[in-house]
Amino acid sequence: MNEIYSIQPFLGVLISASAVLFIITAKRPNIREGWPFLFAIINFAVIASMLPAILAGNEITFTVARVLPGVAIAFRVDAMGLLFGLVSSSLWIVTSAYSIGYMRTLSEHAQTRYYCFFALSLSAAAGVAFAGNLFTMYLFYEMLSFATYPLVTHHQDDEAKKSGRKYLGYIVGTSVGLVLPAMIFIYAGTGTLDFAPGGILSWAGFKPLLICGLVLMFVFGFAKAGIMPFHSWLPAAMVAPTPVSALLHAVAVVKVGAFCIFRTLTHIFGVDLLGSTGLDFLGLHSINMGTVVAVIASFTILTASLIALSQDGLKRRLAFSTIGQLSYIILGAALLSPKGITGGLLHIGMHAFGKITLFFCAGAIFVTTGVKNISDMTGIGRRMPWTMGAFFVGSLSVIGLPPCGGFISKWFLLVGTLESGQLAFMAVLLSSSLLNAAYFLPIVYRAFFCTEEESKFEKKIDEAPSWCLGPLLFTALVSIALFIYPHIFLTLAQMAAKTITGGG
Amino acid sequence: MSSHFPAIIIIAPLIAGFLISLSSLANRRFCFPIAVAGLGIAFYSSIGLIVSVFEKGVIQYRLGGWAPPMGIEYRIDYLNAFVLIMVSGVAFVNIFAVKKTAERDLPEKLGPFYSLYVLFTAGLLGITATGDAFNLYVLLEIAALTGYALIGIGSGQNSGRAAHSALNYIFMGTIGASFYLLGIGYLYIATGTLNMADLARVLPSLFGSNVIMAAFAICMTGLFMKMALFPMHGWLPNAYAYSSPAAASLIAPLTTKVMIYVMIRICLFVFTPAFSFEFINIKGAMVIVASVAIVAGSLFALSQKSLTKMLTYIIVAEVGYMVGGFWLGNKEGMTGSILHIANDAVMTLCLFLAAGIFAYKIKPRGEILIKDLGSMFSRMPVTMGAFVVAGLSIIGVPPACGFFSKWYLILGGIKAGQYWFCAALIFSSLVNVILFFRIFESAFFGSTCSNHEHGSAHETGHHNDHEAVIDEAPASMLVPLLVSTAMLIVLGFGTKFIVTQIIEKAISGMI
Amino acid sequence: MDVLGYIISKYNYWGFVLLMMVGMYAMIVKNNLMKKILGMNILQTAIILFFVSTSAKTKATLPILEHGHGDHAIHAVDYINPLPHVLMLTAIVVSVATLGVALALALKVYKEYGTLEEDEIFEAQKKKLNPEMQEGEVNS
Repeated sequence: MNEIYSIQPFLGVLISASAVLFIITAKRPNIREGWPFLFAIINFAVIASMLPAILAGNEITFTVARVLPGVAIAFRVDAMGLLFGLVSSSLWIVTSAYSIGYMRTLSEHAQTRYYCFFALSLSAAAGVAFAGNLFTMYLFYEMLSFATYPLVTHHQDDEAKKSGRKYLGYIVGTSVGLVLPAMIFIYAGTGTLDFAPGGILSWAGFKPLLICGLVLMFVFGFAKAGIMPFHSWLPAAMVAPTPVSALLHAVAVVKVGAFCIFRTLTHIFGVDLLGSTGLDFLGLHSINMGTVVAVIASFTILTASLIALSQDGLKRRLAFSTIGQLSYIILGAALLSPKGITGGLLHIGMHAFGKITLFFCAGAIFVTTGVKNISDMTGIGRRMPWTMGAFFVGSLSVIGLPPCGGFISKWFLLVGTLESGQLAFMAVLLSSSLLNAAYFLPIVYRAFFCTEEESKFEKKIDEAPSWCLGPLLFTALVSIALFIYPHIFLTLAQMAAKTITGGG
Repeated sequence: MSSHFPAIIIIAPLIAGFLISLSSLANRRFCFPIAVAGLGIAFYSSIGLIVSVFEKGVIQYRLGGWAPPMGIEYRIDYLNAFVLIMVSGVAFVNIFAVKKTAERDLPEKLGPFYSLYVLFTAGLLGITATGDAFNLYVLLEIAALTGYALIGIGSGQNSGRAAHSALNYIFMGTIGASFYLLGIGYLYIATGTLNMADLARVLPSLFGSNVIMAAFAICMTGLFMKMALFPMHGWLPNAYAYSSPAAASLIAPLTTKVMIYVMIRICLFVFTPAFSFEFINIKGAMVIVASVAIVAGSLFALSQKSLTKMLTYIIVAEVGYMVGGFWLGNKEGMTGSILHIANDAVMTLCLFLAAGIFAYKIKPRGEILIKDLGSMFSRMPVTMGAFVVAGLSIIGVPPACGFFSKWYLILGGIKAGQYWFCAALIFSSLVNVILFFRIFESAFFGSTCSNHEHGSAHETGHHNDHEAVIDEAPASMLVPLLVSTAMLIVLGFGTKFIVTQIIEKAISGMI
Repeated sequence: MDVLGYIISKYNYWGFVLLMMVGMYAMIVKNNLMKKILGMNILQTAIILFFVSTSAKTKATLPILEHGHGDHAIHAVDYINPLPHVLMLTAIVVSVATLGVALALALKVYKEYGTLEEDEIFEAQKKKLNPEMQEGEVNS
């Protein structure tokens, strides 16, 4: 494996951030909305241009500044980071288009601010994806927290205020209260924070109890991943405009959280250390840290799915679904097996396309009809067949059924449970799939199949504006395409899993 | 010329002080340029000093040519060269910012104001540069007396309260300084010298003596009072909050930090670490006191409605950071403490400059309450932006500099096994999140709109976008604010350089 | 050891301690600002006296050599150490300056509130704050 020293990763971060300057100075709305679009495409091109080098087995590094002895603001792009970078940057393009339709139709206020912070958030997400050490990752993680605050509270009313408080309270509270001390602990023990495929803690000589504590501090500290009990900011943050919810709360923010946990588990602690460190559980028998994390994730998966069943607000239901799905990713890492890790990483991409479709649909429904609650959506399929068709595809992907990408990631996760011999988690995954089906499919069913009397909509096709409809159809198609052509994501995920588990 | 920098750095502002007083009799317009010139020379000298410290190592300057220990020696090493830059830089940047406020609030007293301003700076620079324990007392009093007067000037509605709180400050400050003097007296009785380097040489043979013990205890108590270490902080919040914004943005960033420098100087370079950290066993106790100070300062800050009051309690908490970091007694804690002296000075400067701008624009005659800052993001985006950066730095968000000193402090706490101190630091960070986001929130949501100010309810939701007119402060106030904001980031990125090139050398051989 | 003898032999120091305590007591306990200022001055004076007293010596003189070198042997015991006295010249200046600033501020306080009793000042401050707040509420 070679290291290539190149500015590309830094550009990937910088380009989205520099879009802010252009957006602020733009005089006319058309130009202002053109810039994010343009920058999103350039950004994607830059990130995609790293693909050949990574696929050839190289890593791209870049150091911006050395800020502390042994700690630098540095980027290191490997397969795993690139996978996440590709997902978030490609979806930015789609969301930029969707934003135009959504924000204009609803004539939202403060659109300049909206586009600026959107670009900043994407920049931060790319920073997390490409971070070469824990410090850089923390830096961009915090930047993301603060950049998304004005987006979450975009409506500037009392509800937004409350949600904003909750959002920051959870996100910043946990990152400052748990991640920061954990990070300093690691620095105190090892003198470095650089990510390494086998972890850096193996030679620090920490006591098992300390390692367990640190693992939990990271798992709960990156609260963006929505591990229970630090999940309730996510439903609250759904007050944001739908494109924000779509990209940030189904893709960038939450995936950043999951990615951070994934990264620390695999590149700070290392699979071997997690597998060999355990607590004597009640003096009976020892369980390793991987299992502990997997249990935490499983709890979140099942509980979130159950709560989702009872939600009537479409966006809230999607939010709880997201909470559950994020823990799939954590679970994948915690299985500590190559297939599980592959599955977890794949799920970052697969779930992103599925879930963003669902959010786009929710937004499109709201824009066109003003309806937010599922109980009011009976018969909506007659009015918005394309939207609801896309919704169906999105739900299939999230449930994990063919012919959608979600099937592949779930498949690998299931194989991963077999590979690590922890069948209990297989049961968790399967029952969660059932629950997913139980909370998604009735929506689709009632949208299309209902009697004339039950239907709350006239049988007249009145779709969302094409700026909304186009993106959601596109992501739905991509979800299907990812089932047939998963190669890029799959190769990246497998490469990452291979390095993480040491070639196994 | 450059060999006389240690003297020039103090004499320039001193002379400027007198010239300002004289010229204010003739024409008040001359005051400002003279003050700028004096502070500019001091700032230039401080840069010259650190450059020559880098080149030649420690500078020993004999004032008037008299050899120490008889004569007064000014001794510039890495530690105080660093603090000198901080002090003179803050004073120099700040004077441009306060010009407008001073001219509007104190039109009759411009001469005294500028004169006190530069004398105060001269006092602090002297405290930092001197190598003589008694000379330090004299300069301490110069800085303190000018500080009392600056606070006492007051302005607007607050002038009565300002005078009253300045008087309280005098009482506490005088007790503190008197204690320090008494401690010096004990040291002199025991050793017969007042030169710090000389004292450090003589003292180790006297460690067992009760006199030395008493001298240490009395000196430290005096300094703790002067630096407003909880629970001896009572004078600080009122004094800073009710003084004119023009004076507050000078005094608040510098006074406590220079006092902490004095503590470090006395403990390390007079009593030597062997005495301070090993012979007497107060390390653990001091860290606990500091942790309590951090928690208490944060909680008090949380209960404030007034912006400046809140900021002053943050200072109380930050004093706890630095004192605690120092008494951890290890390299990391000490590094964090010294780093935080500079970082916190710039952060406080930035916050107080922003507060000064708010006072100038929206409430010239009274306390600014947090609720007064409604919809400030739309009205004053630049000022508010700078305020956000400073706030994030206080919270400890990278890459702003506050993060890095906190980093070292926590690291020191972990290495020393003082987990309560780490917990206090984390707690204070969390409280700071609440403190600042309360302000950001009120500035973002425009809480003034939801009051009765605009009457009709339909306007409340989205109106501040259409209605808010950008109404920024004059450039002379904004530029210093932006310079200090930029410094927050520059210091953050420069942490490695500062730590390895300055602080490690400053404390090498000590720990 | 004879405690009484110990105390008596250092009577001057005990005196300064007493003076200091008097000063501190006044500064902490007294309600009247002028009394506090007086207390502050007593405290400072106590410390000045302490310094002066440390180098006081009976039957000794200023360290000025009348006969130059050579003729007599110089005995340190014949001379007092002038340094503490000189230092205290500075300290006296400082204490006078402090007193001046304090009095000026007290004057300002008196002009503002018409009293130097601290409780009355607090009362006045509260009164002044309250109408202000009501007024503020009307405005906003």
